[in-house]
Amino acid sequence: MAETHLLDSKQVAAFVADGYLRFDGLVPGPLSAAVLDELGAGGPPSSFGAAPGNPARAWPGRPLQGLFRDWPAVLALVELPAVAAIVESLLGPAPIYDHHYAHVIAAEQRWSQPWHADAIEDPRRTAFDIQLFFFPHETPREMGGTMILPGSHLRRINEASIARYQNFVGQAPMVCPAGSLLICHHGIWHCGQPNLTKLPRTMLKLRLGPGTRQHRMWNTADLDDPAIGAILSRDHRWYGHEVRLEIANRIRLWRALSGQPRFDVDYWLTRLENETADT
Amino acid sequence: MVRQQLLVLYSATSSPESEVGAWSLFDGTGRQSRMAGDSDKPPYPSVLAAMRDGWRVIQLPALSPAAPGTEHATAFLKYEFVLEKLVDA
Repeated sequence: MAETHLLDSKQVAAFVADGYLRFDGLVPGPLSAAVLDELGAGGPPSSFGAAPGNPARAWPGRPLQGLFRDWPAVLALVELPAVAAIVESLLGPAPIYDHHYAHVIAAEQRWSQPWHADAIEDPRRTAFDIQLFFFPHETPREMGGTMILPGSHLRRINEASIARYQNFVGQAPMVCPAGSLLICHHGIWHCGQPNLTKLPRTMLKLRLGPGTRQHRMWNTADLDDPAIGAILSRDHRWYGHEVRLEIANRIRLWRALSGQPRFDVDYWLTRLENETADT
Repeated sequence: MVRQQLLVLYSATSSPESEVGAWSLFDGTGRQSRMAGDSDKPPYPSVLAAMRDGWRVIQLPALSPAAPGTEHATAFLKYEFVLEKLVDA
């Protein structure tokens, strides 16, 4: 992958701090429209609920490359250099397919999905999956779209166990032009918002996992940029005075990803790591 | 008949004077139906401000030390205050 397409260190640090990256209008209009048409025609089949004998049932756990070969628009989407570079920057060159699903929210759907994280509680500390949320058409606020909670991804909860929560300071609905892509850590808290328009809303979600150890997969030319510490220290406010715990956990993830085992911000972890052998 | 409204406020610290970062409202009268993502601004800046508006605190968050080895683990919001109003409906 040409390094010009890969994410830089500050973008990956932002992903570590916020749990997501968004790219508005990244995918060209004709390709976005073709993806929408392809999804509307029923394809590609999801591994969920695929009929016995359908090859899609065997997709989870296989390399992504080639799986969508019978679906030219979705294939072109995941192989678009800008998209493939984002995936490679976070997962490495051979991502593993987990599942995908075309989420269609009916016109005049006034009910909000409760807050949740996808799948069961995930005990991995440094490895992570990503979820691509692709919005093929314009999504104004009255159409939703998916609402995310920045900075929630490292909090370990099980699926909809957070459904009691309704609103947070800093919650962010994905309001975007056609062709926008939201890339989320698998742990991000999110919910599908009501669609008050007279048109259905479509969003394609694709979950991918790492095919290799996640270590310096992006363009690391700016790895020592002093801005990285400030990015990792972002305060999303909704978790109150636990922000320092959040920063500590982000530092641990950044150390693993960047291969800098002594990396620190404001001495947060280093002061906890000075026990001598005889204490 | 008297019915219960529940307001759940999540504050920055264990103090009811601290800033609210998350909130939920469950209305037993059926007059309001609230849901995820339906407001961007907390109904009150603090639990204390809600008390001054007539809400009664029925649950204070317990303060528990972290179990050894889990000192930096984060999950649910720690400082959950449950408040109620009893209203004729």
